[in-house]
Amino acid sequence: MEESMAAPKTPHVEETPGLYLRELNWLEKLIGPEWYRLVRGVFTNPLSITGLIIVLLFLLMAAFAPVLAPPLEIAGDPYLIPRDGFSPEPKPPGTVWRREIPELPSWYPKVIGKDHWIHLLGTASGQFDIYYGIVWGTRTALFVGVVITAITVVIGLIVGAVSAFYGGWLDDLLMRITEIFQAFPFLLAALTLSAILVPLFGRGIWPATIALITFGWMTYARMLRGEILSAKERDYVLAARVVGANDTRVLVRHIVPNAIYPILVLASMRVGDYVLSFATLSFLGVGTEIGYADWGQIVSFARDWILSLDVHWYIIVFPGVALLLFGLGWNLIGDALRDILDPRLRGSRG
Amino acid sequence: MTAYIVRRLLQLPITMLGVTVLIFAMLQLLTPVERSALYVQSIPHNEGAIDALIRKYGLDRPFYEQYWRWLVGHKDAVTGEIEGGVLRGDLGFSRTGRQMVKDLIAQRLPATVELALWSAFPIIGGGIILGVIAAINHNRFLDQAIRVFATLGWSFPTFVFGLLVLLIFYAKLQWFPPGRLSDQVNVIVMSPEFHRYTYMNTIDGLLNLRFDVFWDALRHLILPIITLSYVIWARILRVTRSSMLETLRQDYITTARSKGLTERVVIYRHAFRNALIPVVTIGGLMVVSLLNGVVVTEVIFNYPGMGSAAARAAGSLDALAVLGFVLFGGVVLIAANLVVDVLYAFIDPRIRYT
Repeated sequence: MEESMAAPKTPHVEETPGLYLRELNWLEKLIGPEWYRLVRGVFTNPLSITGLIIVLLFLLMAAFAPVLAPPLEIAGDPYLIPRDGFSPEPKPPGTVWRREIPELPSWYPKVIGKDHWIHLLGTASGQFDIYYGIVWGTRTALFVGVVITAITVVIGLIVGAVSAFYGGWLDDLLMRITEIFQAFPFLLAALTLSAILVPLFGRGIWPATIALITFGWMTYARMLRGEILSAKERDYVLAARVVGANDTRVLVRHIVPNAIYPILVLASMRVGDYVLSFATLSFLGVGTEIGYADWGQIVSFARDWILSLDVHWYIIVFPGVALLLFGLGWNLIGDALRDILDPRLRGSRG
Repeated sequence: MTAYIVRRLLQLPITMLGVTVLIFAMLQLLTPVERSALYVQSIPHNEGAIDALIRKYGLDRPFYEQYWRWLVGHKDAVTGEIEGGVLRGDLGFSRTGRQMVKDLIAQRLPATVELALWSAFPIIGGGIILGVIAAINHNRFLDQAIRVFATLGWSFPTFVFGLLVLLIFYAKLQWFPPGRLSDQVNVIVMSPEFHRYTYMNTIDGLLNLRFDVFWDALRHLILPIITLSYVIWARILRVTRSSMLETLRQDYITTARSKGLTERVVIYRHAFRNALIPVVTIGGLMVVSLLNGVVVTEVIFNYPGMGSAAARAAGSLDALAVLGFVLFGGVVLIAANLVVDVLYAFIDPRIRYT
């Protein structure tokens, strides 16, 4: 009796002629096929692995900043670079640190072989220690990059979703506004807005951050609008409506989660771009205050030493390398992701 | 097609109007007193003067009134003359440039156009050649090498790369100087015998048959050109590469190969020409990248073009000059995109705008 109650035995897939299903491994089962394709693509490409390692190293550097470059005990803000005097002339790497000397971390004597602080990477004008600035600048870079990315995506998400879902005059209006923001020469617009915001917020990371957010959300809005317009026509949306879901529920629970996936991936990889733009604004003089641990800010000291750059090369080379590696790390990952996501290249060799 | 172009042209002033409204809105973040400082060179010492300024320029008026005034001009209560008005071609006075914004743009434009024109050759040529080579060698060593080279360029902030270039070729090797002309050549250019046709030194040098001027101008241009090219290449290379890759996967390429044509003929006769169609879009991309790149490049190389003037105006809040430059940049951007779209439809018969 029991046997007749059991469901009719379905033929095992492997036994069906002409149908072959590959074995799913645990990771693919866990994160789903789309994400699995991404993860596998990123971890099999030597370029993106390099990128991942670089980004990981920066994360570690940011996390261990107080160990790598201990802040002064008396100073309040660890993001202000300690200065060894006030002389405008930069000093080369290896110069002995005389004033405002931080505590000696335990790794220091073993690695450097000295029992007192020297300026490992030299000092910039005003005797700001470049090594300290680069280490703590990693935190500034990551913070700025993540904040700008997160907020631009949210703005793009709201504008794109509302525009695509409601359509009609609202769509027209929002897209015209998006076009207006896109008609700005980006750098000039961001430069102007942060110059305006400096008297309001004071010098610091906020004027440039807000300026980059203001002129950075448009791509996401347009992309998401396109994605939603195609997702809207799918059967599962109709199904959700039939069940009686209202606008908000359909939009938030069904359409956006399906449309947002490529945008989130690409946006997270633009952290590098934003940090470079932020550094550019700092370099042009509308970013952080002088002496703040920010890579662009340190490079900007070089503007006074153009004629003797061959002597004072360390002002641009060290923070420049930090910026380059940071941008490179994110771009290498982003590059691989873009190729994986590009439907035209799907199924191509490699 | 004509209808499409006309519609796009009609949209242009509306977009530009929106752009200026937005900049004006941004300026409203400042108080009237702060805004009054935008119009004078030094801060007046008595408060009455500030009030007079605020009243003269209507800075305490509502937003729309100030905007209207900037747009169409304002009748001076005392003299009865109409002052200002962008629509009348008056962009106002630039505090940092110490001249009318209109004249500042006109004066700085040739230098920037010269730089952009010279940069366009290596940017387009190099970008397309490298992109095609990368695509042909897809996923092989050459492809990876070119992509690393390009990604490095993309990851370089323009100012860091420009400073490194200066460090090597100017401070260390003394090969190429910053600036636009050497002093002694500048004397020649300023002399009455030297006829200035275009105000672009390289072209004027050739037209006057003064090859020393041409060479000196070019020597000053080389470092900015290298900087701009390297940081822009990656974008153009990417478009060419993926377009070429896509073309190589088309059926007609397989057909050509199966006919027994050599790989050379397949690539250059069949694939390359068709792959170039989407590459036309890089024209717009290049203008965008140049508009951004030129600002930083000119600042670093002390090159007296629009970019450096704009950076200085923006940094010291010379509002009227910034409005002028942004307006100008916006028109260039929109015009470039329009030209690209029209060109695209012209080249690719599959595209029809309605």
